[in-house]
Amino acid sequence: MLAWTIYISFLGVLVLMLLPKGNASAARWVALLTAVAGFLIALAGIVAQLQKPLELRAQIETVTHIAWIPSLGIELHLAADGISLTLVLLTGIAAVVGILFSWNIEHRAKEFFAFYLALIGGVYGVFLSFDLFLLFVFYELAIIPKYFLIAIWGSTRKEYGAMKLALYSFVGSAMVLIGIVAAFVVAGSKTMSLLELAKYPFPEHFQYWAFPLVFVGFAILAGLWPFHTWAPTGHVAAPTAASMLLAGVVMKLGAYGCLRVAMTLFPLGLVAWRNEVALLAVIGIVYGAMVALVQKDFKFVIGYSSVSHMGFVLLGLVTLNEIGLSGAVLQMFSHGIIAGLLFAVVGRMVYDRTHTRELSALEGMNLAKAMPFAAMTFVVASVASMGLPGFSGFVAELQVLIGAWQAFPTFAVLAGVGILVGVAYTLRVLQKAFFGEPANPLTPSLSPSKGERVADRPGEGQHEREPISIPERIGAVILIATSLVIGLYPRLLLDLIVPSFSSPLFEGLRKGGLF
Amino acid sequence: MSGVSYLEMLKLAIPETILVIAALAVLAVDLGIMRAEARQYRMILSALISCVGCAAAIFWMFTTEQHANFLNGSGMLVVDPLTQLVQQALLVLTVFTVLISIETNFTDHVGEYFALLLLATVGMMFLVSSENVLMIFVSLELTSLSLYILTAFNKQNVQSAEAALKYFLFGGMAAAFTLFGLSLLYGLTGEINLIQLAAKLKGTALDPLLVVAIVMTVIGFGFKIAAVPFHLWAPDAYQGAPTPSAAFIASGSKVASFFILAKVMMLGFTGAEGSGNWRHYESGWVPVLAILAAGSMLLGNLVAIVQSSVKRLLAYSAIAHAGYMLLGVMVHGEQGFASLLYYAATYGLTTIGAFGVVSVVQEKAGGDSLSDFAGLSRRAPLISFCMMIFMLSLAGIPPLAGFFGKFYLFTAAIGTDPKNLGLLWLVAFAIAMSAVSLYYYLQVLKQIYVVDAPSNAPAIRTPLSSKVALGLLALGVLVLGAAPNLVLERLLAAIKSVGY
Repeated sequence: MLAWTIYISFLGVLVLMLLPKGNASAARWVALLTAVAGFLIALAGIVAQLQKPLELRAQIETVTHIAWIPSLGIELHLAADGISLTLVLLTGIAAVVGILFSWNIEHRAKEFFAFYLALIGGVYGVFLSFDLFLLFVFYELAIIPKYFLIAIWGSTRKEYGAMKLALYSFVGSAMVLIGIVAAFVVAGSKTMSLLELAKYPFPEHFQYWAFPLVFVGFAILAGLWPFHTWAPTGHVAAPTAASMLLAGVVMKLGAYGCLRVAMTLFPLGLVAWRNEVALLAVIGIVYGAMVALVQKDFKFVIGYSSVSHMGFVLLGLVTLNEIGLSGAVLQMFSHGIIAGLLFAVVGRMVYDRTHTRELSALEGMNLAKAMPFAAMTFVVASVASMGLPGFSGFVAELQVLIGAWQAFPTFAVLAGVGILVGVAYTLRVLQKAFFGEPANPLTPSLSPSKGERVADRPGEGQHEREPISIPERIGAVILIATSLVIGLYPRLLLDLIVPSFSSPLFEGLRKGGLF
Repeated sequence: MSGVSYLEMLKLAIPETILVIAALAVLAVDLGIMRAEARQYRMILSALISCVGCAAAIFWMFTTEQHANFLNGSGMLVVDPLTQLVQQALLVLTVFTVLISIETNFTDHVGEYFALLLLATVGMMFLVSSENVLMIFVSLELTSLSLYILTAFNKQNVQSAEAALKYFLFGGMAAAFTLFGLSLLYGLTGEINLIQLAAKLKGTALDPLLVVAIVMTVIGFGFKIAAVPFHLWAPDAYQGAPTPSAAFIASGSKVASFFILAKVMMLGFTGAEGSGNWRHYESGWVPVLAILAAGSMLLGNLVAIVQSSVKRLLAYSAIAHAGYMLLGVMVHGEQGFASLLYYAATYGLTTIGAFGVVSVVQEKAGGDSLSDFAGLSRRAPLISFCMMIFMLSLAGIPPLAGFFGKFYLFTAAIGTDPKNLGLLWLVAFAIAMSAVSLYYYLQVLKQIYVVDAPSNAPAIRTPLSSKVALGLLALGVLVLGAAPNLVLERLLAAIKSVGY
């Protein structure tokens, strides 16, 4: 059943391609229905898993398992454990909400949604693949649509941002490819199955160079410092829905690859390199937050905050204790939701209506009064992003910090500093963008002053008064609700995630006494 | 030489004979009956005859699978499942070249054009089915001479003549080198059959004369496959030649040349392989090819980045791909051979497709520079989509044929010596270089999908024959990438039955 999340996305692409030209509204609905169907399938998968008793959840549920290229032992092996399910659910939610936030796209709408659904299909594929070859196929499949989404529908320096992102991703996946081809050959060129390869004892000297190669290859996409520079540029250049997907889902592909491939295949390499990785992750957390603090462009703030938040994921992964690892996965989910929300507010609600993202320009507009819904959403999103209790970010970051405290106390303290800086930049941007009073009384304000209707004011185009649309409201509510539900009752996901770490896949790590 | 059964020989050479008859028929029909008709009809009829010829040859091979070595194992004419498979691939490539030629208007000499195309194919087919240095040289020349003329075929265009002259001069040099290398081999051993030649060479140390022979042969074939530093003719020839001819040079002749290069190296120079492994270097032909491969990948990819003509871009990318394919030759084993042939065949399909799109754009928009492709996706959505598939396949993006080809090639290259990870250094370099290549392939796609067409851009009406051909090619690239087993199994079975 879960495999249909992939099939249906590509089916949607096919339908879109066959649609007659210029029918934007039909394209929208096709995309939305496809995404909703994918989401429902994911949800059904989760419900089915939750009904199983805890001890059975460690099993990896195979969905599809057929031979593909027998001469090389490559199989179409789709399966899921709790970690996959969590991320599949995230993809489902992000996909639906992203479409709601691109409801206004008229320019080449058909193509936009086709690339969008292709990207989603690729992402589902990565999360469900248990054959390395298949996983890599889907991983690469997600790169190309991203390029077009940004290059065609993006804004600021879109072609540069798109190319940079595509090349970074491709260099990362080239590194991964070298590593997995080498692993495949060393293990006897008979199977690409992740489960089989995870059992194979790779020689230590091999793991010593293969682990960093594969881990960093994936981590480039996760925004690991110092390979993160594609992320802010890419996010800023991307259209709203694409940056929601990029920060929300695509960066998770990288982190997921680190966990699923690099760590399970090369546990000895992990032991050798974990301090270095943790150091880079912590630098990412602090550096991302510091840089976010001084940005002038609203979207860059969110872009750098993503780098910082993804640092927590990578830090959590290398803590190698159950609480840190599950915190990392939870943080992937949580950041996916919250970053999506932040980008939605900045890109769609604010930028599309004010046509600026300069914080100094926004400061004079007093958006809190002009757009109360956007302001309210952003307040909630930033509260969630800062990691206040009650939201998913809090649980996730807390777990990572506890895990990190056990593994590397110094780094945990530094990561804590990152959280503090996070509060600072979030409050700064909140104040500047939404609650800033016009410094100069002559600066026109968007909110009507006494006795004046906005419509009377000259030079204000129609778009400024375009109210926050229904799809946007629905999308925002979905994301807020998700973050709240997980924040208040994290067991919903933790009960899926934690048992996964006792699956045979993590045998190598457990055997090494790593957790 | 008594007791030669000419009837048997004719039977073995029936596919080639069919093609020769088809070539003659094209000439007769076009110069005889159709002479006064409009060019369009002459094109269609000639193309039809050529396609029928190719199809008949393929059909014949399908129905009569043979395994024979004519003239008591002299290697003059070897027919086995593997050569038949490669010949079928060549014929398929010819058919597609014919299809993309139909709607072009670079020549009035319709019959001659198609006849030469078929004759070049005959040359390639003989090349594939010979294990004898004499026969190899003769068929190489038949192929090359036809290709030189095909390059010069656009008489209105000075560039075409210049390209042909360059191609001819370099090709002649290459032929001289090949001949010199092969004659040294004959001098060393007194044999012209590759297998017997290898048997005589076996056990002898790598003496200087053999080294010279190897180097000369490699130089000769290096020209044919356009590997660095023997690539200089390629960009000019590709750019100047009529686009379908360029497509044919880049696809068919590549497949045949690589096949015979691999065969000469694997059969003729067994025992002189040496090793190109990291820190396990031993002299022989493998390290020689390793240097050529690395050079081709580096130069091809880097120079392609700065090209503004799409044909030149494809030429440099072809040089880079020759570098990747050399990896397959270096592996010299069952897996290596299979991966090489899979790569070469799918690369041929992709390249014809890419040139097909260029051909349409060149005919309708008047040029092949990157800016002529601006906004193509709005003007001709179908062929734009096909071009996307071709470019991404060349860049090695899954699930397209180019990706699986690379993957298979690379695993084979590392797998030669799993303990020391074989040619991993070269594979890592190749993968890094293909990351570079994504940049320039995306440049083409950026023009097509991202940039808007200039307001005065002429409309592009894609001819039906091109639509069909390009659609089929794109589908083929997709299917072969997603289900490589379709070809791979037959290929492996054929190689096993011959025994490498």
